[in-house]
Amino acid sequence: MHPTIIVASNLTKRYGETVVVDGIDFAVGQGECFGFLGPNGAGKSTTMRMIMGLTPRDGGRLEVFGRDVIPEDSVLAAQMGIVPQDNNLDTDLEVGENLDVYCRYFGLSAREREEKIEQLLAFAQLSDRRYTPVTKLSGGMMRRLVIARALVAQPKMVILDEPTTGLDPQARHLIWQRLAKLRETGVTLLLTTHYMEEAARLCDRLLILNRGCILDQGSPEELISRHVEPEVLEIWNRDGMPSLEDFADLPGRKEQVGDTLTIHGFQLETVRQLVVQRAGYACLLRPANLEDVFLRLTGHDLREGL
Amino acid sequence: MRGPTWMVFWKGLIPSYRFVHVWRRHFMVWRKTAMASLAGSLGEPLLYLLGLGYGLGRFVGAIGEMDYMVYVASGILASNSMNTATFEAIYGGFTRMTRQNTFHAMLATPLTVADVVAGEVAWAATRSLISGGAIFLVGMVLGAFSPGSVLMVLPVVVLSGLAFGAMAMVITAISPGYDFFLYYFTLVTTPMFLFCGVFYPVASLPPLVQSLVGVLPLTHVVALLRPVANALPVLDVGFHLAVIVAYALVAFTVAVALVRRRIIV
Repeated sequence: MHPTIIVASNLTKRYGETVVVDGIDFAVGQGECFGFLGPNGAGKSTTMRMIMGLTPRDGGRLEVFGRDVIPEDSVLAAQMGIVPQDNNLDTDLEVGENLDVYCRYFGLSAREREEKIEQLLAFAQLSDRRYTPVTKLSGGMMRRLVIARALVAQPKMVILDEPTTGLDPQARHLIWQRLAKLRETGVTLLLTTHYMEEAARLCDRLLILNRGCILDQGSPEELISRHVEPEVLEIWNRDGMPSLEDFADLPGRKEQVGDTLTIHGFQLETVRQLVVQRAGYACLLRPANLEDVFLRLTGHDLREGL
Repeated sequence: MRGPTWMVFWKGLIPSYRFVHVWRRHFMVWRKTAMASLAGSLGEPLLYLLGLGYGLGRFVGAIGEMDYMVYVASGILASNSMNTATFEAIYGGFTRMTRQNTFHAMLATPLTVADVVAGEVAWAATRSLISGGAIFLVGMVLGAFSPGSVLMVLPVVVLSGLAFGAMAMVITAISPGYDFFLYYFTLVTTPMFLFCGVFYPVASLPPLVQSLVGVLPLTHVVALLRPVANALPVLDVGFHLAVIVAYALVAFTVAVALVRRRIIV
């Protein structure tokens, strides 16, 4: 196990009467990519903000780099790169200037700044946009710039709150590529997402959060094997919903999700062939994923939210 | 910021040298539209100066020994330092704090709330200095200021900008939206503009009003600037300076606490 750089125990945050984060425990090791998966309102962003030192906690323990986290701690802030959920880029400035002022906030010298700006623009694939006002960038470019901005002080850890929400698939893949590259350099990544594909793809370990509580944590493979059968057969009907009774004779655990019926089990190929023979139904056999885990644990879809 | 509560509290109010980076950022943005901004900040005071100095001056003639143009010019210099700093910290500051989330982005770096607010206030005072300098130049050409006084005038303008900038940041910190600022203008800055000796001597007001006006910061800025700009002896320099400094310090402290309460949640 790598040295632990974040320790949270019984971490709690309330807004008035509402408990947003309800006494959660987790630990993150150096160099890990650790994900928080959960629907909107699960408490992911609040947890991130507490780690970033932008929100004071109401209870429990939280240590980052062996230091008790309190807001406005310049020493901790100097070691973290932050990618907030909303792109709070400086809209009064150009792309390069955005990096320049951030370099200054972190106290970089003039020579360091120039080197850093060039290097980060290249990393974010924005070298030809240096003099473009940020308001003229596409969503994906803005996101890449925010990630580049988080790297100005060579942080040991980068915290990303929903790095790809609202981006088209192409832009999302580009971000994933950049993050994978970042991970290769040994930087610890902490990210929140409600895309299970993103979590499965990037994270070494993840934590499933719902209504401020941890449902489970582990590697994506562990979570899948712990909670769901390895294969899923999705069945749908061109007109109307396939009913459970129609397939009562088939083996496996059955679930109704929206207008799709799913059968969970082992080696479902034979079952699939049986379904194909029934007129009017279409089906798809796929490996189980984190979405299925989430559904199993909460009874609702990840994207449904609360 | 670690240690006993009282120490944490005080340390949280003291900005680090990093506030300069915040100031620098505002300067970088201002530079892009410097000409338009200069024209804008010079236009209104110039109209007052000409309209009142020449227009009203013809009827008033002189106040005491001072030609009315000369009298009103130093008043405009003082009130302009108030208005410029106030506008910058209110509209600029509020936009950066809410709509653009610039403060949030700054707090994700080693900058603290005290640094961010200090940067805002320092920038507001810089705006006062820039437009104060321009007004001084124009007034000097019109014969309203004595050229040699510039080295004493501008520091007072900066101090005034710091005090009014900090006061405006308090309002920015508690404001729910842009409309709220009208209360501040109507209830605070406009009365000061009209009653604190910009256009006529405070001594001409009824005694009760005089003592009320004596509490307001602009009165002390005018009391300093008018003689200083005309190379005349100033009475009670220490007292006037102390009042302005006190406004600046108290307002800054309150502004930091309120901005912190608003964004570190």
